[in-house]
Amino acid sequence: MKISKQEVERVAQLARLDMSSGEVEKMTGQLDSILRYVAKLDELDTTGVAVTTHTQDVVNAFRDDEVRDSLPRDKALAAGPRHNDETFVVPKVIG
Amino acid sequence: MHNLTIGAIREQLSRKEITSTALVESVLARIDAVDERIKAYLNLDRDGALAAAEQADKDGGSGLLHGIPVAVKDVLCTRNMPTTCGSRILEGFIAPYDATVIEKLHNAGAIILGKLAMDEFAMGSTNENCAFQVPENPWKAGYVTGGSSGGSAAAVAAGECFASLGSDTGGSIRQPASLCGVVGLKPTYGRVSRYGLVAFASSLDQVGPLTRDVFDCALMMNVISGHDERDSTSIRRDVPDFTTALTDGLQGVRVGIPREYFGEGLDPEVEKAVRGGIDMLREAGAEIVDVSLPHTEYCVAVYYLIAPAEASSNLARFDGVRFGYRDMKAESLIDMYRQTRSQGFGDEVKRRILIGTYALSAGYYDAYYKKASQVRTLIKDDFAAAFDQCDLVVSPVTPTPAWKIGENADDPLALYLSDILTISANLAGIPGLSVPCGFSSDGLPIGMQMQAAHFNEDILLKAAWNLEQRAGVVDKKPAGLD
Repeated sequence: MKISKQEVERVAQLARLDMSSGEVEKMTGQLDSILRYVAKLDELDTTGVAVTTHTQDVVNAFRDDEVRDSLPRDKALAAGPRHNDETFVVPKVIG
Repeated sequence: MHNLTIGAIREQLSRKEITSTALVESVLARIDAVDERIKAYLNLDRDGALAAAEQADKDGGSGLLHGIPVAVKDVLCTRNMPTTCGSRILEGFIAPYDATVIEKLHNAGAIILGKLAMDEFAMGSTNENCAFQVPENPWKAGYVTGGSSGGSAAAVAAGECFASLGSDTGGSIRQPASLCGVVGLKPTYGRVSRYGLVAFASSLDQVGPLTRDVFDCALMMNVISGHDERDSTSIRRDVPDFTTALTDGLQGVRVGIPREYFGEGLDPEVEKAVRGGIDMLREAGAEIVDVSLPHTEYCVAVYYLIAPAEASSNLARFDGVRFGYRDMKAESLIDMYRQTRSQGFGDEVKRRILIGTYALSAGYYDAYYKKASQVRTLIKDDFAAAFDQCDLVVSPVTPTPAWKIGENADDPLALYLSDILTISANLAGIPGLSVPCGFSSDGLPIGMQMQAAHFNEDILLKAAWNLEQRAGVVDKKPAGLD
């Protein structure tokens, strides 16, 4: 096995996903077959090969540092599941 | 009227033979008649479209799409309609701004009818991952539209809009275009702004058109292309009038046939249709040359590490705080994140978040993400070498025509492998197009893929237009819908 149930549970924890033991079981099998497939890349020697994270030759895109209008607060808050007209409201963080 | 091309509509509108109101009414009637079967629309702005048409008739106007009803994949933010990305986690979400491509459609005078079904967060090859409904292929009930822009392809094929926009991260415009028998173009990475496109894999995503014919595709590209300062990856480069590329004859054009794209698993009918299309390109004057893209067999593995890695990061924003669904019962912040995401995301999205998180996690980054990014370089170099020998690379879009809904649904890897012919264009950042070239014996459409070097969309459009003139399939419409 490329990945164990415990590793799937750990990754789910990192990704903030809750999964039932049945889901973990099924996902472990599927992730294992995907990881076994992608291990195909090990056939290639990539020593010294540069990474590609972006396909075009652009570096940084700057604009003049000037103040512009931003999204008004009421519009930014409007799609939030809970807000108090000033901020988003979430369950208490510090007990 | 619902089957007209935009080219024909523009002429008839300019001669005042038709009105925008009549166009919108005709398309709405068509949607009423067929969408129960096709299930392409997630949201239809009937009143808005009629009002916009009335205004367009009153004002007149010279925009390229003045008074013409189109629709967009539900991954593009719109201020006046919900944007769900086919996901429960965004059910009811209304964006506070329009995507740049939506602004460009409006500026060209287009009327946006509604939002089209898609695989959840554009993750899928069949549209079966849409949380709300599974659209069906206009050519055959019970068959997939392809994905993830399945609604965008099906709506154009079924006469439910005159053109649409989709997004393509690993084939999501070209593959459904092929399976539904329409033209679809994934532009060069950076050609079209991604501002307001809900991100799946940011180094691969690109917005593009799905249309009835190649001329309409060129016209839509004229409307949506161009640099946008709100997308720092969009490229400062002049946009040509793509319609001027559509001239008869391919003398001096070298068409490369990559041997790796005609390998095992290719359906014989697909191969026959595509080889027939290649003969038509030759008859049009093109020189046909053999080329090799030796790292093709590694594309799927590279893609299914890089795309999930980027997705796992992009989808972290769906946490129940700023938009969309929240589990209101959660008592702590962490529980709220976990429960919101677990209830809001479907299985395929969870699967990709897990693969991506794993591939980026401590101890695995070098073996998976870095390795994949290095092999991506080799794939990109393959294309650079091929484009020394030819101007475009021609192949099938998918190994098979459309298949039955439900087939492969439990085998994610089998579905991933079906993306093998389209993924490379995204990894290399080059443009790719699908144009209808024939039909299977079952009457299902078959597309030809054309890929070219960065910013050579004009060559793709020219070759596709020449094929379209000769293939004689552009006027064929799905039967049994009327």
